[in-house]
Amino acid sequence: MIRFILGRLVKAVFILLAILVFNFLLIHAAPGDPAAVMAGEAGAADEKFLADLRARFGLDQPLYIQLWTYLKGAIQMDLGFSYRQQMPVAELIASRLPATLLLTGVAFVLSLVLGVIAGVAASARQGSWGDTVISTLALLFYATPLFWVALMASLVFSVWLGWLPGFGYQTIGAGYTGFAHVMDVAKHLVLPASTLGLFFMAIYMRMTRASMLEVSRLDFVKTARAKGLKRSVIQRRHILRNALLPVITLAGLQAGQIFGGAILTETVFAWPGIGRLMFEAINQRDYAVILGVFYISGAMVLLFNLITDVIYVIVDPRIRLTG
Amino acid sequence: MLKQLKFAAAAVALALAGPLAAQDGEPQAGGTLNVVIQPEPPGLMIGLIQNGPTQMVAGDIYESLLRYDFDLTPSGQLAESWTISEDGKTYTFKLHDGVTFHDGEPFTSADVKFSMDVFLRESHSRMRTYMEHVESIDTPDPLTVVFNLKQPFGPFIGIFEPGTAPMIPKHIYEGTDFANNPANNTPIGTGPFKFDEWVKGSYIHLVKNDDYYMDGKPYVDDIYYHVIPDAASRAVAYETGKVDVLPGGSIENFDVPRIRDMENTCLTDKGWEFFGPLSWIWINLNNKPMDDLKVRQAMMHALDREFAKDALWNGLGKVATGPLSSSTRFHASDTPDITYNPEKAKALLEESSYDGETIRLLGLPYGETWQRWAEAVKQNLTEIGMNVEIVPSDVAGWNQKISDRDFDLAFTYLYQYGDPALGVSRTYMSTNAAPGSPWNNVANYQNLETDKMFDEAALMASPEDRKAAYKKIQDQIVSDVPNLWLLELGFPTISRCNIKNPVNTAFGVNDGFRDVWIDKN
Repeated sequence: MIRFILGRLVKAVFILLAILVFNFLLIHAAPGDPAAVMAGEAGAADEKFLADLRARFGLDQPLYIQLWTYLKGAIQMDLGFSYRQQMPVAELIASRLPATLLLTGVAFVLSLVLGVIAGVAASARQGSWGDTVISTLALLFYATPLFWVALMASLVFSVWLGWLPGFGYQTIGAGYTGFAHVMDVAKHLVLPASTLGLFFMAIYMRMTRASMLEVSRLDFVKTARAKGLKRSVIQRRHILRNALLPVITLAGLQAGQIFGGAILTETVFAWPGIGRLMFEAINQRDYAVILGVFYISGAMVLLFNLITDVIYVIVDPRIRLTG
Repeated sequence: MLKQLKFAAAAVALALAGPLAAQDGEPQAGGTLNVVIQPEPPGLMIGLIQNGPTQMVAGDIYESLLRYDFDLTPSGQLAESWTISEDGKTYTFKLHDGVTFHDGEPFTSADVKFSMDVFLRESHSRMRTYMEHVESIDTPDPLTVVFNLKQPFGPFIGIFEPGTAPMIPKHIYEGTDFANNPANNTPIGTGPFKFDEWVKGSYIHLVKNDDYYMDGKPYVDDIYYHVIPDAASRAVAYETGKVDVLPGGSIENFDVPRIRDMENTCLTDKGWEFFGPLSWIWINLNNKPMDDLKVRQAMMHALDREFAKDALWNGLGKVATGPLSSSTRFHASDTPDITYNPEKAKALLEESSYDGETIRLLGLPYGETWQRWAEAVKQNLTEIGMNVEIVPSDVAGWNQKISDRDFDLAFTYLYQYGDPALGVSRTYMSTNAAPGSPWNNVANYQNLETDKMFDEAALMASPEDRKAAYKKIQDQIVSDVPNLWLLELGFPTISRCNIKNPVNTAFGVNDGFRDVWIDKN
């Protein structure tokens, strides 16, 4: 197990480097540069101003030198400096990452737990009205664009009903501490986390349902029934345990993808996480920040994939790990 | 020729404490102001960064020597009084006594000289060009500053506002690397509010400057600038009472009527007179068939700008009459006719060299209103028989395309800074036509006659002479149609009605909230 994990980590480093080089070239292929954007926001600039900015960004260097400088830094965990935000990128990401981890973590757990429960419930009585309701809802959540759900949620629960805050991470200026602060953040978390979670919940629900139905037709389940085992035992120990494997695969992949969904959710709900940081950085061509976020999210995806593989073994001991 | 302008201290004090504050009853102290800021500023050191959001927040922290009424008449800020010599070459400012920076150090004439002569010359691109007219700055005593100009420069009295000429503390910046000074993160000025905290991605917090030199001001205890990236969420923030002030451009235009009709909500389109944001469509004069005057005239008459104003801008703003905004000095309203006239447009197009080529129209990537506007313009031009294709882009791509002249028609809007010599001539001077920047003469308009007139008009000492010169310039440019002028944009500032005086000068919310108070009754 240890050898397997170490092997994967070494591979991960090379994959990360490849991601960095690829992203670096991709970003620099887009038209416009941060100096032009910053000058554009100022509404006026002369040649000297633009030249000064480009020199500060290092944009006056040839591309391969910029890449080399960046890679050298990245290997030593120096992610560069954001001139736009006037902060080292590593510091910037560290200050934004907890908010994103909280949001995506809650959304992920929520969607996985509720999705699996709903999927099991729907599959238990295939074709019943309960199944139809759950399946239809899942289809609806799956098909509705995230930003629309986000806007409607904030319209209904924040503007009309006034139950929940429609944006932000905490009540600004309230100065809550301790438990009051935790409750305040939790209240702010409800809308963005459920918005982000809905889509993924729908996926897990559909996946679990399909997988449960498939497994329930297999021979060993028939055998278990023939043995006269209780329905709930068959459901839980025989079907669910086997049906979960594809769900775990998918969840592992989506744990990385949920970062992508966070970009939109964080922007609509003014959640101060790295998804929004990246969105703004792309608009502003803040290269160092974009690459920094790619770096971190790339590392996260690799980490989640590794964790998924380890979980496989725990759920199904028949699976062997080979590097 | 030029009468000596002398403002008695009493008159200035009247203008400052002024009728604006009095009209709504006695100001009350206390309360917190919640304001939307968009996008998040890159920094708050206004001597180094001059973009819109920076100016808005920094306008509370930093001050300059003067402020300007809605008709651009100067009144005192850090300067108590001032005189301009008769030859228009010597400007003498008397500074307020007892002004201190937020760290307690006194503000003196040495700070003015350092700011203008050293710091801003180095870091501020607009100031760099203005300061070329200044021969030397004298500081005979701590409260007197004398600017000696090389030649009269008419717009000079109009540059002393915080976004252009902020007063920078000499004791902090002298002899340092300005761009990398750690003090940039904790900005220090003389303004009514002090920097307290900036949680990136969430908010900026300013607190009242208790040692402010004007008795009783500022009235409110603190200000929160809320960073909310999505326009719809900014509207929600106002509707749910999280913020009380929506500065111009905070929400999409189609949301304005809905928010305006809310209870206890006031709207003003004042506070943009100095900037005079004028929108137009660049015409790439290098490309065929736009080099044909008849094609340009046809396009100009094809645009239904009244419709754009009413349907897209909620009736705010004005239809432009030419290169100058009506709030800019020396605006002439009787320029040649460029009104909507589709029949005339069709006839002109018939006579022109246009034969069905596809024209690429670059929209401005600043949100829904501009997208819709590009579609409306496409519709107008299609109606007179032109083929138009809208080219989408994001902000960085737009900047690049404009700089590289990679378009046929392109939306833009620019500030005029109160005077044609500051914010208008840059668009039409042939000496300013080289590619590489989106704010110079992007159309590549070449007219040596107007060049010469612009050069001369900037350096005339008498306002009457300048007015006559700019009238000629406007007539000439309007007949040449190097751009398609659209609207003088009216950006609404929306706020709760019990927040008094959110907009007091030609700079609107950028001037800071010195005079704001909250009516708690």
